[in-house]
Amino acid sequence: MRKSIVHWFKFASPQSFYPLAGRMIPWFWAAAAVFGISGLWISFFVAPTDAQQGEGYRIIFVHVPASWMSMFIYMVMAFWAGLGLALNTRVSAMMAQSLAPTGALMAALSLWTGALWGKPMWGAWWVWDARLTSELILFFLYLGFMALQAAIDDPRRADKAGAILALVGVVNIPIIYFSVKWWNTLHQGSTINMNKAPSMAQTMLWGMLLMAMAFWMYSIAVALMRVRAIILERERHTEWVKHAVG
Amino acid sequence: MQWASAGEFFAMGGYAFYVWGSFGACALLMIVEPFLAKRRLSEVRRSLIRERLADELESQQRTQ
Amino acid sequence: MNAFFATVRRDLLLAMRRKSEVLTAVFFFVIVTSLFPLGIGPEPVLLKKIAPGILWVAALLATLLGLPRLFAADHVDGTLEQMALSPSPLGLLVAGKILAHWLLCGLPLVLLAPLLGLQFDLDASALGILTLALLLGTPLLSLIGAIGAALTLGVRGGGVLLALLVLPLYIPALIFGAGAVEAHIAGLDVGGHLSLLAAMLVLAAFFAPWATTAALRIALE
Repeated sequence: MRKSIVHWFKFASPQSFYPLAGRMIPWFWAAAAVFGISGLWISFFVAPTDAQQGEGYRIIFVHVPASWMSMFIYMVMAFWAGLGLALNTRVSAMMAQSLAPTGALMAALSLWTGALWGKPMWGAWWVWDARLTSELILFFLYLGFMALQAAIDDPRRADKAGAILALVGVVNIPIIYFSVKWWNTLHQGSTINMNKAPSMAQTMLWGMLLMAMAFWMYSIAVALMRVRAIILERERHTEWVKHAVG
Repeated sequence: MQWASAGEFFAMGGYAFYVWGSFGACALLMIVEPFLAKRRLSEVRRSLIRERLADELESQQRTQ
Repeated sequence: MNAFFATVRRDLLLAMRRKSEVLTAVFFFVIVTSLFPLGIGPEPVLLKKIAPGILWVAALLATLLGLPRLFAADHVDGTLEQMALSPSPLGLLVAGKILAHWLLCGLPLVLLAPLLGLQFDLDASALGILTLALLLGTPLLSLIGAIGAALTLGVRGGGVLLALLVLPLYIPALIFGAGAVEAHIAGLDVGGHLSLLAAMLVLAAFFAPWATTAALRIALE
């Protein structure tokens, strides 16, 4: 038991995490490619045409995974940030910092694809639907997190301040989501229910799950790439970095 | 398989702009982001290598 | 508890010496709400419909205006460090500062809101609900804002950054606050809105001073 704890803490140091991340990245890319190709194949060649929405519904194969990932990454980011704050482990704070741009990217993709889906289906690029609105607010939260970290020069302070903000954000997200939903049902005029829109065939669900896996693996791979750069930037004056860079 | 021809596939039943706009944006950003991450890493590495060479030169000059 | 009231008293006294800072936020509130009819047109039906939203958004922005100064002066002259070292818990002192901020920047808005509501043709009962909602909502804004103010203390571009951090977190308060007045105008029950607003206030009163203290300690390191 004791030995396994020691074992895990070993990877909590930047020195041992840097090469480990380097070894893991190709595997996550490979997994992303496998899931992505099979997901794309299902979403374009296996999944049938939707009775109501025609071929336009195929956007959900990227829209839903992007939305899922944008929310999931915020949770993971807050988890790492909180861990960094509680245990003072440097790598977890760096991981939180490296996840933020990917999360923001997912939120942006979710908004973009949501708009492209909304135009043909609802006749408007943007509707104040509860989910789209929450997604927009989530995007703002990501921007705030990144802006705060970028504005603080001392990396240790940036880590801790970012961690507090991420945790405050995590507490607030359910409240925001609930309030936006309440607001949406109150103003019935513009409500459009996305739940009922496509009657989900089994193959569609598979396509979505595979694409979500691809997005997930992609996010891990790119976050690990970025965390390696962050590790080198922050630890540039240490002896091990001088040896690690050949 | 519901596509009779490649043209029909790319037309997406009239939704070409929306479907390809979504998938295209995802593909584009998911190529650009790793590229930027890669560049950030190689930039740090380059500057670290430069630093080390400068250190080595300095120590050589000192010994001479 | 003495330390708490001493902090409130001190901040109020300091603000009384520099009245202009408090008045700026109040004038901002008045001017922004008066600009909307000029931009939209004087049609009473439309104005009545948008009044709750406008008054709330203006209140949000006016509260934001005073936030950067919440800790800045004390940070610069070293008072904040003394507070952190003092025997009374920092959280209590921070709570005192937040209360003082609300008394200076929030309460005047609550008192002015019914007057401004008249410009928008709201009737007496709607004005009452508006005041009540603001009374519950503005302390919430001060509490959440204090976290942002502590996080951005002494940071480059603090003011704009503060807005970026805090405004998304203000959204629930805006929705329920403005929603209460809208629901009342539409003839619906407002109890739900107000009790949710009160619940959020209680939640924030417990957690915000704590998070603010943590953020201040980081800034002081």
